[in-house]
Amino acid sequence: MTTHTPAQIAHEKRRYIQVFVWLTVLTGLELGVIYLPLTKIAIGLMLILLAGTKAALVAAFFMHLANETRTLAWIAATPAVLCVFLVFMLLPDLGAITRVFSQATPQASSAPPPPH
Amino acid sequence: MSHAAAAEHVGVEPAESPLTPESWGKLGMWIFLAADAMSFGGLLAAYGALRYGDPTWPNPAHELGIQLTALMTFLLICSSVTMVEALAAIREGNHTGLRKFLLLTICGGGIFLGLQAYEWHHLIHEGQSITKNNFGATFFILTGFHGCHVFGGVVYLSAILGRAVGGRAGALLLGLTAAIGTVLAIYVTYNSAMLPVGLLAPIAMAAVVFLVSGTLKGGVYSAHENNEVEIGALYWHFVDLIWILVFTFVYLI
Repeated sequence: MTTHTPAQIAHEKRRYIQVFVWLTVLTGLELGVIYLPLTKIAIGLMLILLAGTKAALVAAFFMHLANETRTLAWIAATPAVLCVFLVFMLLPDLGAITRVFSQATPQASSAPPPPH
Repeated sequence: MSHAAAAEHVGVEPAESPLTPESWGKLGMWIFLAADAMSFGGLLAAYGALRYGDPTWPNPAHELGIQLTALMTFLLICSSVTMVEALAAIREGNHTGLRKFLLLTICGGGIFLGLQAYEWHHLIHEGQSITKNNFGATFFILTGFHGCHVFGGVVYLSAILGRAVGGRAGALLLGLTAAIGTVLAIYVTYNSAMLPVGLLAPIAMAAVVFLVSGTLKGGVYSAHENNEVEIGALYWHFVDLIWILVFTFVYLI
């Protein structure tokens, strides 16, 4: 079992407060970003960047991943990599869904009313 | 170690491993969290796939209460801070600090669930449901799955608090107390549909946990033996981390 010295604990406590302040500021920024006069894609990318930063702060400092062995860091990184891979695998389906909606919408509006 | 004792230990695997110098329990929790993260990743990817090409998808800012959810996000961030403070307290051998900060974390999780029950009540009474459309289905599944994790976290941390003050029996007693108390708090909040109830009912649950914990004796953690607290903290921070992503993808984008 690792023993922590009082100096280490005091340092960690200061770090926790710093991370808390950063998380609060980033959450405030997220709330502000959605009202910016930018395109939806630009806002979405900024929000993803902010959320990724917040998640990384929690993982690195609250979950102490920054001080863990490299193997644990790999275990933690695996789902993130797989999820990005999953999103790329879904891209063809996303295109298909878009086509279905773009074709279905005009047909639905021009279709004759159903017989009663 | 004598030769006889060394011979006796031949073939016995060491408790520590180069993979995880702290403990096997921590490694196990990390592997569980990685698997759980993939469950959330699958749900979020499915949400993105359904939403991406759908021009009829409602604007979340209009349908959902972002101010309330921002408060819930802040609450979970605060509860993560109280959790790390609880761990720091027991690493200093401060049992009172551990108890106080664990209780605050439990209270934060309970209030989060109370506010979620309040939010669900209003959405359902405004006509949203899990079967109405893809927006409702993905919203209730994602937030509900996360809410189940928060509920599990509240019970888990209550059990750790019980173990901290009363050993194994304490863990069982406080875990059960928190489970029943949280279900009651959610039920009362959902049916009353009042925001103050969503705040006060979980605080009442935490107060009951506090009172019951005061009757227990014989805690097991110390400045050198606090691995279970650290493992519980990992779970709680993971719940916070996932909410950061759910909040962004479901409520803000």
